[in-house]
Amino acid sequence: MTDEQTTADSEIEAAIRENHPALITYITAGDPSLEDTTEYVEALDRGGADLIELGLPFSEPIAEGPTIQAAINRALEAGTTPEGFFELVDDLETEAPLLVMTYYNMLLQYGPSEAQRASEGDAEKPRNEADVRPFVERAAEAGLSGIIVPDLPAEEADPLREACDEHGLDLVFIVAPTTEGERLERIMSQVSGFAYVQARLGTTGARADVSNATHDSLTRLEEYEVPKAVGFGVSEGDHAAEIIEAGADGVIVGSALVDIIAEHGEGNAPAAAALEAKAAELKRGARRGGGVDVPEPEQP
Amino acid sequence: MSTPERNRDRDGEATFGEYGGQYVPEALMPALQELEDAYERYVLENEDGFMDEFRERMRDFGGRPTPLQRADRLSERYDREVYLKREDLVHGGAHKLNNALGQVLLAKYMGKERIVAETGAGQHGTATAMAAAHLDMPCEIYMGRTDINRQRPNVYRMRMNGAAVNPVTAGSGTLKEAINETMRDWATTVERTHYVIGSIVGPHPFPKLVREFQSVIGREAREQIREKTGRLPDSVLACAGGGSNTIGAFHEFVPDEDIALHAVEAGGSSLEIDEAEGVAPNSATLSTGTDGVLHGAMTKLLQSTDGQIVESHSVSAGLDYAGVGPELSHLVETGRVTPVSVPDEAALNGFHRLSNLEGIIPALESSHALGYLEENYEDLGDLVVVNVSGRGDKDLETVLEETETRDLEAAPDVEVFDRQ
Repeated sequence: MTDEQTTADSEIEAAIRENHPALITYITAGDPSLEDTTEYVEALDRGGADLIELGLPFSEPIAEGPTIQAAINRALEAGTTPEGFFELVDDLETEAPLLVMTYYNMLLQYGPSEAQRASEGDAEKPRNEADVRPFVERAAEAGLSGIIVPDLPAEEADPLREACDEHGLDLVFIVAPTTEGERLERIMSQVSGFAYVQARLGTTGARADVSNATHDSLTRLEEYEVPKAVGFGVSEGDHAAEIIEAGADGVIVGSALVDIIAEHGEGNAPAAAALEAKAAELKRGARRGGGVDVPEPEQP
Repeated sequence: MSTPERNRDRDGEATFGEYGGQYVPEALMPALQELEDAYERYVLENEDGFMDEFRERMRDFGGRPTPLQRADRLSERYDREVYLKREDLVHGGAHKLNNALGQVLLAKYMGKERIVAETGAGQHGTATAMAAAHLDMPCEIYMGRTDINRQRPNVYRMRMNGAAVNPVTAGSGTLKEAINETMRDWATTVERTHYVIGSIVGPHPFPKLVREFQSVIGREAREQIREKTGRLPDSVLACAGGGSNTIGAFHEFVPDEDIALHAVEAGGSSLEIDEAEGVAPNSATLSTGTDGVLHGAMTKLLQSTDGQIVESHSVSAGLDYAGVGPELSHLVETGRVTPVSVPDEAALNGFHRLSNLEGIIPALESSHALGYLEENYEDLGDLVVVNVSGRGDKDLETVLEETETRDLEAAPDVEVFDRQ
């Protein structure tokens, strides 16, 4: 299964390879509203994002730092639901493939309720049977290319891996600074699309520097074929350059973009322009780090 | 596809039936493996005499064993034998120390240098702070801002024992948010820090580890009831929030299928969930919850149909949690444990009744079990054991407020305040 998953026709993998070095951006869907999210996604797409992660808000985001927690709260307060999220994605037309990032409970609960099932004569299925297939099916139908679940380690991922295989979606796993040995192998045998390299221990959030852990993680991953993208703390073009120089195939930026959305509050035009500019800066940084277009990379 | 091989503990599984598991960020997985290894070596196999030291410290510092006391006037009132397991007499005033001391000691054996813990009402926080002071470990407690404001004496107790208290402002500022924030700290500092989780919740191996430390309650009770009555009880009652005193009281009796085990949950003011507001006016997770993943485990939860976790409620802060230990979910699902609930009012009456009839002021948490006993004693057989998980001195302010606004049959007359 390993070979299939790392080399098959993955839109995500193709997007990274064709646009190498790639920029992957994250924003929370519904922050501050789903209408705004549409504008912002299009702005990121124009600015140079090669993949776009959309957060589907969950009330207990244990992997997020304060910035994205606040974004998730805003999105929930705005009434963002899974169905609203999928309808947003239904209507998006971007060049960059889209991924959904959310917590496992959101996948488990998606699907017809007990009452709906009963009315459809499907009541014999136990109410509490955990099933991620309806979510994955709907994600595929909406045109999403992949899924990231930060509270789902490889040990618990078999049902989701199977559902993703069935619907042709990539399943991205996070590789932490603490991931080594057998656990690393296990993750790399399950991952598809790209390996999400967590730059440092802790939660998401913009930081001022690039950690040593990044270099160590990239060294551990050298022998694996699947593209590697580094996230957690990347906020500037110079970070992007440094990470790509260190051997990554892409950089992932979230909190720095969410900050822009938070600063602008309501009213999406200035925020969209700022997001587009930020994406362009990060993409330039990444290209500089990869020795593309820019002859002399600036040192941070 | 083959199932990836996983570490399993000695009784075989990371799960209890379909509940449990390890739903945590990748960065924490190696720490859970390390903890599982320590659990097997030190706790299950008593390596380096860990369990001997634990028991000795629970005796000398913690005050174990606790008595199993015949409640004379309750026995008379209900016309059957009622015994109380007096966990309120453990040092600190609740069963919480059983777990906190065990885990802080384990952290020491594991070579960790720092303790973090969450607390809701402050009972687990104060127990952890006491244990950390006793064992000379630096300790930081995360506590919701709302809880800090309504539990000031407990905050001060933690500070007196040398623990730092970190306020959590996210969400409603209660237990659920405090757990989120402690997990975030642990994900950042995992290499030298141990997370002393406060109940039988969280990812494997925490539910088993905490059960192992708490099951001393039922082990003692089983021996004591035999000694005193020559037989085993017909039923055991314990309140259930996260469920650590519950599983502690029940575990030793689970194989005795004739003994009824009743987990008494907080019915609050209603058993319905208000989906629009995202609020459950109760904490009756075992009675009304649906399956999902929260704080690292598959278990029963109070959640909206979309999967958002709702705010729970109980007059007793220690039961106020939207999840429950996965092992209890499993025992309920298999029919071994019966989930029941009583409303706030019945718990408050239970609080006053035990204070008045037996001279024991129980925690509001434990008062739920006493409230259930009052209403259902006829169905509980001739010999009933009630776990008094903690003492109620901490609850006096709440009880005063709540009693003023209600007409409680068991409340004392306090017109003395008006006589100048």
